[in-house]
Amino acid sequence: MSKMLQRYKDSERMNHWFIAITFFLATLSGLTLFHPSMYFLSNLFGGGPWTRILHPFIGVAMFLGFLLMFFRLVKDNIITKQDREWRRSFGTMIKGNVHNLPPVAKYNYGQKMVFWLMTLSLLALVITGVMFWRPWFAPYFSIPIMRIAVLIHSISAVVLIFTVIIHIYAAIWVKGTMRAMTRGTVSEAWAKTHHPLWYKKVSGK
Amino acid sequence: MANPQTLDIVARSATTTPSPSVRERPKVAKLIDESICIGCKACQVACMNWNDLRDEVGENIGVYDNPVDLTPQSWTVMKFYEVEPEEGNLEWLIRKDGCMHCEDPGCLKACPSPGAIVKYSNGIVDFISDNCIGCGYCVKGCPFDVPRISKVDNKAYKCTLCSDRVSVGLEPACVKTCPTGAISYGLKEDLVAYAEKRTGELKERGYKNAALYNPEGVGGTHVMYVLKHGDRPELEGLPANPQIDPSVSVWKGVAKPLALAGMAAAVIGSFFHYMKVGPVEEPTGDADDTGATPPPSSTDSQSNNQEAR
Repeated sequence: MSKMLQRYKDSERMNHWFIAITFFLATLSGLTLFHPSMYFLSNLFGGGPWTRILHPFIGVAMFLGFLLMFFRLVKDNIITKQDREWRRSFGTMIKGNVHNLPPVAKYNYGQKMVFWLMTLSLLALVITGVMFWRPWFAPYFSIPIMRIAVLIHSISAVVLIFTVIIHIYAAIWVKGTMRAMTRGTVSEAWAKTHHPLWYKKVSGK
Repeated sequence: MANPQTLDIVARSATTTPSPSVRERPKVAKLIDESICIGCKACQVACMNWNDLRDEVGENIGVYDNPVDLTPQSWTVMKFYEVEPEEGNLEWLIRKDGCMHCEDPGCLKACPSPGAIVKYSNGIVDFISDNCIGCGYCVKGCPFDVPRISKVDNKAYKCTLCSDRVSVGLEPACVKTCPTGAISYGLKEDLVAYAEKRTGELKERGYKNAALYNPEGVGGTHVMYVLKHGDRPELEGLPANPQIDPSVSVWKGVAKPLALAGMAAAVIGSFFHYMKVGPVEEPTGDADDTGATPPPSSTDSQSNNQEAR
């Protein structure tokens, strides 16, 4: 067994899983209202009215959790010149050839995109969501404004859900990734392969 | 409203299969002739009476409008407009506001709760309040700003066109009580014909733009008006070309099922990607304690890995 490297602190992992749980709750309750075929999900929340009542609170909890995560991770997610290079290799990467990619620091371009898509969609979700949050905030907004808010809210939700699907699949696809979030550590080999610049930094080699 | 066994539901909110519709009834309508209306509010009282509603006593705002607007307890309200359609010619227009019972109801289209809004074959759009979840989407779907949500129970309410009375062969309460005959009820085609006659008479009297308000944008309505200034319905707070907002009709109609299919495709696509390409694993010797097997091209990857360093 090779040496393990610390990738996430306990607090970061707890933060991540808090967001993950609230994401699933918000998504399941949100999909309830998204399309009739998903309405059965309201049973998980105690029926239609309870789903309507709970959804915004879950959403706000998720947003606050993400806000914390945002400030923790933003400095490692600034898009750089190397990211553009990495993006060009996307085609070969997706075929499973991950060993010819330009060297990556803590996050590669794909991970950074996930970070920014989540940031933007969540920001849009929370702002527009408040605008038609009944009964408290909706009365302060006009009907035409709320119509646009509902539209942006559901588009952002779709963007977020797609992003999370990619996020989860990437973690399943690239072996050794999951334990970064379950245990906080990754193997040296994983770090060298996927994040060589980060590996150099943390191992001092 | 309650949920009667009508067997003639032609549209039901958030429902993708047909509802019981074996029974078909002829299309009905209510016609409000504003040229005969005297603004007595007997219809408001009859509505309260029949539906057993009692709104809170509000504030007088200096004009006849009372209550000022539709509320969860006031499903119809007389609205008074002092307008000058022509320079120097003041007119007092009185309109009985309430649900228009659209042939293509935006509230029903927007509603996410199965069966909270139904449309019967006779054209009446009814809220089945038991199924209402209080989200307020009907408010955004409605082109006429009609549904009101109760602060007490978080359910949406509006005129039912007295669907309970109509189902047993009675006319709506407001029609029954109107002392001048300004509100009439009957088969829609009969009332359209009657309205044509009325607009003709109004034109003879000098209202050259008198017209029937039965807007095409929502497929026609089952509450119609004879307007003295039919060319400018906005004079009395009616939209000139009402239609369901595209954010509701397009998004709800086409985009959402597509988005859902896209999500399913992303999950299924990921699965097949994994099965085709296989997992990305760490090079031999350095495998972590998950016991992952080394990939066949391990030597290659190791050398590449060296380069990357």
